Amino acid sequence: MSNFTPDIRAYCCHYTSQQTCADGPEGLKKDGFPDCVVLNRIPCTGKLQISTLLKAFEDGADAVYVVGCPEDKCHNLMGSQRAAKRVGAVKKALSELSVEPERAEMFHLERGFHPEFVAAAVEMHKRVSAMGPCPFKGEEK
Amino acid sequence: MIIAERKPVDEIMEMLQDFKKVLVLGCHGCVSVCSAGGEREVEILASLIRLGSKKEGKEIEVIEGTITRQCDKEYIDSIDQWEGKYDAVLSMACGVGVNFIANLRPTDMVFPAVNTSFFGGSAEQGVWSEQCAGCGNCILHYTGGLCPVARCAKSLMNGPCGGSMDGRCEIHADVPCVWQLIHDRLERVDRKEQLTKVAPIRSWTTAGHGGPRKVVRDDLTV
Ligand code: SF4
Ligand code: SF4
Repeated sequence: MSNFTPDIRAYCCHYTSQQTCADGPEGLKKDGFPDCVVLNRIPCTGKLQISTLLKAFEDGADAVYVVGCPEDKCHNLMGSQRAAKRVGAVKKALSELSVEPERAEMFHLERGFHPEFVAAAVEMHKRVSAMGPCPFKGEEK
Repeated sequence: MIIAERKPVDEIMEMLQDFKKVLVLGCHGCVSVCSAGGEREVEILASLIRLGSKKEGKEIEVIEGTITRQCDKEYIDSIDQWEGKYDAVLSMACGVGVNFIANLRPTDMVFPAVNTSFFGGSAEQGVWSEQCAGCGNCILHYTGGLCPVARCAKSLMNGPCGGSMDGRCEIHADVPCVWQLIHDRLERVDRKEQLTKVAPIRSWTTAGHGGPRKVVRDDLTV
């Protein structure tokens, strides 16, 4: 467990990740963005499907999280609210399978606020490191 | 349409415990519209079954498919396309679909993935409510188009009962008293007079209490 490197998949909209992406991989590393968080950029988090997040778990993720605009200030009006509901559905599905629902999370962040974007990744990294490998990866436990 | 809801995953996993190759079969009809058993829900449930089995250390192969309807023979026959690839069908259609597979495919094992809830509609995104109970002898012409069989907790024919208060049903403050709605509506359209007639004792023989019902349309049977 001590040398466990979590596999974390982040799904973020263009707007919340703008500044972060402008920083480039080197910049991100310098700012403390964990290496094990893989960024997936999508035009709007409202487009994200429950099945995409579940497939990430099937594919070996230890956790997934979504970063969208503030609930009342989404660039596409309701996109981030929809994403939050779908993350809620994934949390419920994880609980149904007796897996910690905290392995899925939704963050609502202001557009282009880079330190907060990094902080979300750091928080997920800390959380998942403490929880250990996802039980779906049974054999690695 | 028919409204359904997915069963809890552990109940589904228990049904499937003896099987290694499962066809999760959606229906493009009612259950797609009420987001319980269409293509999208098939994808989600297939993922959950694979994840659940991985967690238990079991191997299961999940095949995903969705057919036009599961309540018509011609579409049930199209399950042939997966012949030999599954040892159980997990139907995401309503109970009609599950019954049709059991009727028409005598040796296929079939299980229900959803609970078939009621006949209803959605006036608000993500919310469905019961509107008709399929009683086989519709009386909506007496009640302004609002159904007391399905929407009155006691299925009264001469309502409201003494428990109706402030337009709400006594079973729950969230439930509108349909008889209050009927009176208000008929008053609005100036037909309240028709409620002064006492509805006769109703025969429920058409409502399923006399065994399974059948409709035969002779003009369509050739
Ligand atoms: S099988 Fe059931 S859900 Fe599918 S179309 Fe027929 S009645 Fe509707
Ligand atoms: S009276 Fe019977 S058929 Fe008519 S809406 Fe009510 S339950 Fe349905």
